[in-house]
Amino acid sequence: MSAAAETVSAGSARTARIVIYSLLVVLALVYLLPLYVMLTTSFKSLAEIRGGDMLALPRDPSWEAWTKAWSQACIGVTCEGIKGYFWNSIRLVVPAVLISTVLGALNGYVLTKWRFPGHKLVFGLMLFACFIPFQAVLIPMARVLGIFGLANSTTGLVFVHVVYGLGFTTLFFRNYYEAFPDELIKAAMIDGAGFFKIFWRILLPSSGPIIVVTIIYQFTNIWNDFLFGVSFSSGAESPMTVALNNLVSSSTGVKEYNVDMAAAVFAALPTLFVYIVAGRYFVRGLMAGAVKG
Amino acid sequence: MTTIEPVPIVTPERPRRSFTERLGTLLPKIVLAPSFAITLIFVYGFILWTVYLSFTRSRILPVYDLVGLDAYYRLWSQPNWYMAIKNLAIFGVLYISLCTAIGLFIAILMDQRIRAEGLLRPIFLYPMALSFVVTGTAWKWFLNPGLGLEKTMHNLGWESFKFDWLINTDMAIYTIVIAGVWQASGFVMAMFLAGLRGIDGEIIKAAQIDGAPVFAIYRRIIIPMLRPVFLSAFIVLAHMAIKSYDLVIALTGGGPGNATELPSTFMYSYTFTRSQMAVGSASAVMMLMGITAIIVPYLYSELREKRS
Repeated sequence: MSAAAETVSAGSARTARIVIYSLLVVLALVYLLPLYVMLTTSFKSLAEIRGGDMLALPRDPSWEAWTKAWSQACIGVTCEGIKGYFWNSIRLVVPAVLISTVLGALNGYVLTKWRFPGHKLVFGLMLFACFIPFQAVLIPMARVLGIFGLANSTTGLVFVHVVYGLGFTTLFFRNYYEAFPDELIKAAMIDGAGFFKIFWRILLPSSGPIIVVTIIYQFTNIWNDFLFGVSFSSGAESPMTVALNNLVSSSTGVKEYNVDMAAAVFAALPTLFVYIVAGRYFVRGLMAGAVKG
Repeated sequence: MTTIEPVPIVTPERPRRSFTERLGTLLPKIVLAPSFAITLIFVYGFILWTVYLSFTRSRILPVYDLVGLDAYYRLWSQPNWYMAIKNLAIFGVLYISLCTAIGLFIAILMDQRIRAEGLLRPIFLYPMALSFVVTGTAWKWFLNPGLGLEKTMHNLGWESFKFDWLINTDMAIYTIVIAGVWQASGFVMAMFLAGLRGIDGEIIKAAQIDGAPVFAIYRRIIIPMLRPVFLSAFIVLAHMAIKSYDLVIALTGGGPGNATELPSTFMYSYTFTRSQMAVGSASAVMMLMGITAIIVPYLYSELREKRS
C-alpha cells in the first residue's frame, strides 16, 4: 500500500478525494466512449445516424443492423454477412489454442524438470521467437504454405498460429513450473513414475491457473490476429478480423455505419466476453508476456 | 525467486541399460524436439530466407541470384520509406510516452484507496482485449469528419469546431496515436498498479512522518522505485509500436496518400501488392533489426539475472 494524503488536514483531504474521484470518473467515461458510440450507432437507423448526434441514445432502437451484419452484409462479392467468417475464426481458434497450449505445457515441463545441457539456449531461442516482427517470416511462410497446398485454408492458419504461439505458451508454462517444488518430482521418480506419469499425475493437476492464463492469452491473440489472416487467406476462408476490415473499408454502395458497428461488436464479443468472465487471468497473461519472471 | 537446482536426468544405476530405459532418458528431448525444430525452421530459417531474398532482385516471385545490396539502395531511396520511418518515430515516441504518462497517472489515482477500484480497473483495461481492427473501426467512426466528433461538437453549440485529422495529411498519424493510446494505456496502468502495490509501505510512512508532501513522496521516492516497470512498459510498447499494422490498416489504410505509412504497411504493400519482394524483404530485415536492438539486451539481462 502506498496511500498518501494522510497527514494533510481533513478539509484539504476531502478536496483531494473529490478531485481524485472526479478525475477517475471523467477518465473512465473517456475510455468507455468509443464502446458506447459503437453500441448506440449499431442500434440506430441510417437516417438517424445522418441527422442525429453520435452521442445521443437511439430514438427507436432496432436489431436491424445486427441481423444485416450477421447474415446479409456484402463482403467482397458475396452478401451473406459475417457469420461465415465468424465460424472461420472459431474453427481456427479452437484447434490452434489447444495444440499450442498442450505443446507449451510439455515444453515447459521438459525445460524445468528434465533439464539438459543447453536448455537455456533452447529456451532463449524460443523466447526471442515471440518478439520477432512477423513481417520477417511472411514471404517464406506464404511460399511454404503454397507448396504444401495449405495456402488459403484454415488448416494452414492453424499451423501458422501454433508455430508462432509456441514461444509464448512455452514461456508461460516454463515460468510456472520453475516454481514447482522439485522434491515432489524426485519422490515420484524414486517410486518409479515415468516422464508422462509425473506430468499427468503431479504437475497437471496443479496447473489449472496457468492453463487458464495460456488459453485466454492465445485465444485473444489468435482471434484478434489480422496480419496472418490477411496474408495467408482470402475470400470465404478469411477470419473475422479480415472480413470486418473488408466490410468497413469497402467503398462501394452506401456506407452503412450501423452495420459496420454491429459487425465490429460481433468481432469484439468473444474476446470481451472472455475478458469479462476471466479478466483477472487475462491481465495475468498479458503481464506474464510482458514481464518475464 | 528461489531456484532449486534442476532435477538431473535420471542417473542409471546399472551400467547396461535396456532399450526402454534409454528411451526413458531420451523421452524429454523427444518431446521437446518438434517444437524446437519448428522454431528453428519457421523462425530462424525463415528469417535467413527473408534476409537472402533481400539480397536478390525478387519482384512478384522470389528469384535466387544474389545481387548484393541493390534492394537496400532502392529501399533507402524511396520517399515512402522515409515517410514510414518518420511516421514510426512520431508514432513510437508519442505512443510510448503518452501510454506511460497516462498509465502512470491513472495507476497513481487508482492507488489512493479507491472504493470502486474493482469497477474502474476493467473499464481502463477492456480496450486491450479488442482487436486492433475493432479499435480502428470504432475510432474511424468516432473521428469521422462529417458525422463523428465534429458534428457532435457542432450540435453542442461549438459551431467552429473542426476535426478532420483522419483526412488531413499532416494530422492523420496523430489519430493512430490517439487510438493506440486508448487501447494500450490501461494495460500500462495495470503494470504500474502492480508495481505500486509491490512497494514497501514502511518507506512511504517514514517519509510522511518526516513531513514530506505527497507530491514529493511520489516524485522522489515512489516513481524512482518503479524503474523496472518503466523498462518493461517501454519494451512492450516499443515492440507493439514497431509491429503495429492492423490499427493503421483499419483506421486510415495508410492514407490519406501515404500520410500514415509505417514500416509494417510499407513491407506489406511492397511485397504483396507492388511486386517488389526484394525491397519488401529488405524493409522486413530493417524492422527485425530494430526490434532485435531493443529485445535482445532486455532478454539477455532477464535470463542472466535468474542464473545468479
